Formats: sequence, structure tokens, C-alpha cells
Amino acid sequence: MVWKNFPPDFYVRVDKELCINCMRCIKECSFGVHEYDRKKELWKRHHEKCVGCLRCAAMCPAKAINIEKSRMEYSPHPVWTNKVRKDIKMQAETGGVILTAMGNEVPYLSYFDHLVLDACQVTNPSIDPLREPMELRTFIGRKSERFDLEEDSGASLKTEIAPNLKLETPIMFAHMSYGSISIEAQLSMARAASKIGTFMGTGEGGMHKDLYQYADHIITQVASGRFAVHEEYLKRGAAIEIKIGQGAKPGIGGHLPGKKVTKEISETRMIPEGSDAISPAPHHDIYSIEDLSRLIYALKEATRYKKPVFVKIAAVHNVAPIAVGVIRAGADAVVLDGFRGGTGAAPQVHRDHHGIPLEVAIATVDRRLREEGIRHWGSIIASGGIRCSADVAKAIALGADAIYIGTGALVAMGCTVCKKCYTGKCPWGIATQIPELRKRLNPDEGAKRAANLLEAWSHELKEILGALGLNSIESLRGNRDRLRGVGLNEIDLEILGVKPAGW
Amino acid sequence: MCGLGGIFNLTGKGISGRDITIMASMMKDRYDGRGGGFAAYGIYPKYREYYAFHLFFKDEEAKEVTEEFLKDRVAIIKDEEVPMRNIKEIPREQIVWRYFVEVPHKFKSKADYLKREQDYIIDTVFTINDEIDGAFVASSGKNMGVFKAAGMPQDVARLFKIEKYNAYSWITHGRFPTNTPGWWGGAHPFNILDWCVVHNGEISSYGTNRRYLESFGYKCRLLTDTEVVAYLFDLLVRKQKLSIKTAATALTPPFWSQIDRMPEPMKTKLTALRMTYAPAMLNGPFAIIVTNAETMIGLNDRIKLRPLMVGKREDFVYLASEEAAIREVSPELDRLWAPRAGNPVIARLNGDVKEEIIH
Repeated sequence: MVWKNFPPDFYVRVDKELCINCMRCIKECSFGVHEYDRKKELWKRHHEKCVGCLRCAAMCPAKAINIEKSRMEYSPHPVWTNKVRKDIKMQAETGGVILTAMGNEVPYLSYFDHLVLDACQVTNPSIDPLREPMELRTFIGRKSERFDLEEDSGASLKTEIAPNLKLETPIMFAHMSYGSISIEAQLSMARAASKIGTFMGTGEGGMHKDLYQYADHIITQVASGRFAVHEEYLKRGAAIEIKIGQGAKPGIGGHLPGKKVTKEISETRMIPEGSDAISPAPHHDIYSIEDLSRLIYALKEATRYKKPVFVKIAAVHNVAPIAVGVIRAGADAVVLDGFRGGTGAAPQVHRDHHGIPLEVAIATVDRRLREEGIRHWGSIIASGGIRCSADVAKAIALGADAIYIGTGALVAMGCTVCKKCYTGKCPWGIATQIPELRKRLNPDEGAKRAANLLEAWSHELKEILGALGLNSIESLRGNRDRLRGVGLNEIDLEILGVKPAGW
Repeated sequence: MCGLGGIFNLTGKGISGRDITIMASMMKDRYDGRGGGFAAYGIYPKYREYYAFHLFFKDEEAKEVTEEFLKDRVAIIKDEEVPMRNIKEIPREQIVWRYFVEVPHKFKSKADYLKREQDYIIDTVFTINDEIDGAFVASSGKNMGVFKAAGMPQDVARLFKIEKYNAYSWITHGRFPTNTPGWWGGAHPFNILDWCVVHNGEISSYGTNRRYLESFGYKCRLLTDTEVVAYLFDLLVRKQKLSIKTAATALTPPFWSQIDRMPEPMKTKLTALRMTYAPAMLNGPFAIIVTNAETMIGLNDRIKLRPLMVGKREDFVYLASEEAAIREVSPELDRLWAPRAGNPVIARLNGDVKEEIIH
């Protein structure tokens, strides 16, 4: 009989000549890898507990620690991989569902990596964004079909403008709840969003009072648990997002264990301290599209039609008609969360095997909305697995209005994607509520790094537009002519609405 | 690179095609002989009430199929071959025929019959271009026509005997194609109803514009970026009833940095305009001349990456890629200027010419 973590994933190698026995590694590791027997004056390293977060190695003052991928493996087999065998052993031992975090780990084809952007040569000059104006401003929400103006008076506008969010860059911070992440992490993103002129999402954990001052740059969320939802909360944010599904776990709900529901979280979520916070798989008052419409309009009524209402759905097989239904039901934007979307906790089977790629979802939803002549009724926000500015540009060229980043923002704040968010022991102070760990993320530092990331990507987007000979992001939106596919088959290309390279 | 030219008489006085041919031939460096063309307004006074269809046919069969189709859709009042010279420079690639047609009376009782009638004509044009192999509608407006072929503009003028037509509004184009193959239908001007466009440059936002237009039922099948300009004007001005100035502002709007500094209510108005027409914005390097029966519009991209000059002498307005082209037909000018990036220059029949300051 062998236990579940055998062989271990990582091997902790400490250089004895360099180690100064300062015990820092013991303090830094939230998973209990390092142990020192004072009596025997002996170190013990629990390799099987190591998650590969590299916190100890980063913090070791003597630079004595090296975390290696364990070279000990079961006898190789192409089908019965080590992971498969370990998963089975874990389940044989526990009889439970395998829990994991972050995004899909199965190496499905990445469409982003098979799409390339155009550039100007000779016949159209590229534009230098350092010398010429370059516009990234984006509005999210319902647009009019036509512009109605009393021409004679020259000024009076007859067109009623629906509430829209004004983004200075088409990149927002995705919804990650207070509870799943620390208030310091939320504060970092709120400050960065305010500084850059974009938005962050609260997730369904409510809005902590420390975030109130940034509320103009915060999108509140109404999810199936309805945590924190009350009139003040809805009115306080800049927009409201109804969460139907999540790309990392389409079709299932969420569960914040009672031990994580601290006093502050209980106050923010408006639930008793220590009680489990359960978000059911469906909203139990939304069993159909007409029910969704009622909730959309209930929220609009509650906020006097001053806040745009978004609806987030996981990208699933039938995403196009669903998204069209969402827009027809009254949503001002539909958020498409692709199957690479991140999570703080999800069963591995759902994370890795449900849903469809984001790129395909954007392309089909954008096309269907246009076919029905209602593309202007609502915006498309793409989320799930966007890793760099090129992904942003490609998502917009396929038809998205703006994108959300979750994992990318966390990595900017220190996360190393060790996939242990669900343990609540995040060694970087992000996905944790433990006070000693939370201290590791300084919101000033976090805000600066998150803002830097947005600035860097925005710079790159401007350079990309310049190379394309465009001076405004709206001329890239849905402009699939400026994309080409490399190594995609005919059907993939048709679905994406993109020509192959060479055509 | 391409050469553009336009002559517009503000009082509606017709002039022969000689001047516009001279203008075109002055810009030899700007074209390579793979496309040239002209549009002329006021040339069919006798048939002014009828839509004049200029059609290209690959062969007699395409002509027969098209005529069968046309007879089902419209009443043909008169049809004839467009007079052409035999010249060695341009081999006859197409049969060119013109039809003066009337829409059946079934729309007349409706309140907005003119719009319905025009939509019907557009639908007829799209169907021919889309579904009949070897047939192409070069123009479909009333009392006007487009003459174009694969050749130098001055040769195209000789081919179609342009000097024999009298028009109050002329535009021309000499083409140096860099994106689509040179064939007769691919030459400029592009037309729908009485809208014509000639274009120098590239519409880099074509994909965005095309998909926007498609959601309003337009079919962009001409394999060129210029057609979207004609359709955008048709959508914004004819269908959505924007003024020409507002439509032009939607296509080349001020930058946000400019709008942010504007006083109210201008700021709100332009913000709403940009939000509404974001997918209609034209991006990329271009100079265009757009015409309809009453107007000639010159427009540059928002950072003026292509040349465009405007000249005025008494009741004549001249637009061209180069000053030399204007000076050659009118050495003395009351005014000559280069309009600013993104500002539309609008010449109106029985009105004046004005550069609208939107940037």
C-alpha cells in the first residue's frame, strides 16, 4: 500500500553548506514542509507536502533552497500517466472528489496560440503611438442603433443613452470574492482599477467597507448564494453582474467552508460567522430565461435604471443562443467565461472537462448577435485564460468589447499558480484569510504591481494597434480580417471567421 | 496609392467630361493602368425619373439571365448599349449595357415609399452582384452613371467617350491596386443608388465596418475595402437620416482627448455619437470623395495619411489628390487649401463649399 502523495511532486533540496539554520523557511511555508528537531539538531523536509509555490526559496536569506520537480516517478506509461495513477490512489484512499484550483490543466488546443495578427507594410503606414493619438477608451453597455439629433438646434440630443461603463483600457479585473481572496488582494485591485480608469469585480462575497471609497470602479456581483445583496450594495457599485456560471466549473456552484467565514467576512456577506457559505449550482429563482429577465429588471428597478447589468455565463456548447437570450432578456453585457477560466476551488473533473474554449465562444456569440441585428444591444466581455496583451488583442479582434483578467492579476500580485487556493493557506497572502499570511501582501505594493500590469498591457495594445495602422481600439473590435489562422483546420477557421495564413 | 479628382458646379451647370479627364491624366504617378473610372451626375435628363442601371456582363448568357431577372423585378423603360470606342489600350472585357428602370407601383401607396423603393433597388443590385455569375451592376442611381474599366483613366475616358457627356458633378479615379486584382468591376468609383465613392488608401477597419453593415443587411461582396464607405453613407444619411456633416463626424470623429476638452452639450453629443457609431468609424490611411445627387464630400482619415486638396473658382469646386491636377483645369483659383485631417469638405448644389470644423 502506498499513500496518496507518493512519489512526491517536488523534492526540496537544501544546500547544507549555505543554510544558516535561521528557521525562516519553517515560518514561510504554510504547508509544513520544513521541520527542525531541536533536540537532535536535525532538519526534516516533508517533500510530499511541498506544493511548489517557491515561497521558502524566494525568502531564504542564504539562498540555500532549491525546489526541484521530483525525479522519482512510477514506471513510465503514455496513457497511465503518473497523474492518472496518483489521482486514482488519492481517490482510493479518500473516496472523495478531487479538489483543485486555478485553470484547466488539460493541454487542449489553444486557439490564441494558432492566431496571428496582421501588420502594415508599404501600402498603409503603421502609426507610432508615442507620436500620434492612440485610443483604448471602451464603453461597456447597451448602445443605440442610431443617433437622433435635432439637427436645427444643433445640440439637443434625442437619443437616450443607456448607462455604460467607461473604461480607459479594455481590461478589467475579474470577479474574485472576499473570502476566496484576502481584502488586501481586493484592495490592491480596487486601487489599481481606480488609478488606470477601469473596473474590478467583487465576486459574490459582497463589498468590504474598506472598498467603499473605490466603489466607482467596482462591479458588484449577484450570484446564486445572494450573499451581501441589498439595496445599498447594488447602488454603491458602478455596475451589477449576475453570475450564472463560471468557466472553471460550469454547471456547479460554490462552497466557502465555515472555518473561513471570519467575523469580517460574515459581516460583508451578511451570513452568520462560521457558517458554510453555499452557492447553489443554479439560482433557485432562475430556472429559465424569463426568470433571468425578471432578475435583471428587478436589479434595474432597484437601481433606478442607472447601473448597467451584466450576466456572466460559462462558455458551454450552446453558448451562442444562450448569450443571445441573455442579451434579449435585458442584460447590458454578457460575460463569456471560457473553459480555461480560473477558480479558487473546483472539482478537478469539472475544471478540466466541461465547457468550450473562450475564443470559439467569442466568435460564435459575436456572430449570432450580428445575425440577429442586436450586436449593439449589449457588450461582450471575454474572460478565462487571457495571459498577455496579444490574447487581449485577439479576443477583441474576434469580437469582444473588453476582457477580464483574474489569474493574471493574481500573478502580478505575487501568486505563483501553485493551485492550492482552496486550502486557504496561500503563501503569498492572496487566497487566504489567515492574518499572518495576509500580512505578506502589502496593498500599496499589490496596487502598484496590478496597475503596472494594466499599463504594460495597454502600452502593448497601443503598439499592436499602431502596427495594424489603426488608431482606435474600436476599429479592431470584430475585425477578424486582421487575424489569420496558423495550423487550424477548415472547420475551426470557419467557426472563428478567420482566414488561414496565406489568404 | 491612387489619384482622385472631382469637379462640382454649385449651380448645377453641366460641363463636358474633358476637364475631369485632364485632371485624371495629370496624376500619372498615382496609378498603374489597372483601373480607372468616372462618375457623372445629370447626364440622363430625358430619363431623370428612372433608375439608370449600368451593367457589366461577361458574355451574352449573363446578359440574358440578368434581363430575365430584371424583368421580374422592375419595368425596363429603355435599354441600350453604352457607347464605346474601340481602342487598343483597353481590350473589351465586358459587355456594357444601360437600363432605365422603374419600380412597380406597389410601393406608391405606402407613406415612406421612396425609402422602400430605394431599398428594393439596393436589393435588386445586391442580388445581381451576388447571385448572377458574370453580371455586375456598376451604378444604379437616377440621372447619373459610372464608367470604369481596367486601364488608365484617360484611356477609360476615350473608351466610354466621356467627353460627350455633360454633368454638373464629376469624379474620377486612377487606380494602383494593392489589395484586390484589377478588373473592371473592381475599378472605382463604387456606387449604390446615387452614392459614389472614390478612394485613395486603405480602410484598415474594413473588417469591423463590413460586419457592422452586414448586420443591417448590406452585402459586401466586391472584394474591396472601398465599398463600405458608400454603404456607410447610405446607412447613415439615407436610412438613419443623419445630416451629411453628422455622418462624416461619425466616420472620422474627433479624438477622445479633443472631446474631453469640449464644452457641454457638445461633449455629451459627441460622446453619444462615438458610442453609437464606434463600428462605423473609418480607420487607416485614406482620402475619399463621396458624392450623391446634391453633394460632393471630401474626407481624410483622422491623421491625414493621404493627400487631398480643395480649390474653388467662382461656382466651380475642385477636389484632387494633387494641386497640379486642379491648376491644370483652372490655373486661376479664388481659393485653394488642404483640409485638415478628419474635417469633411462639403459642396452643396445651390449652396456653397465649406470645410466643417470637427477636429
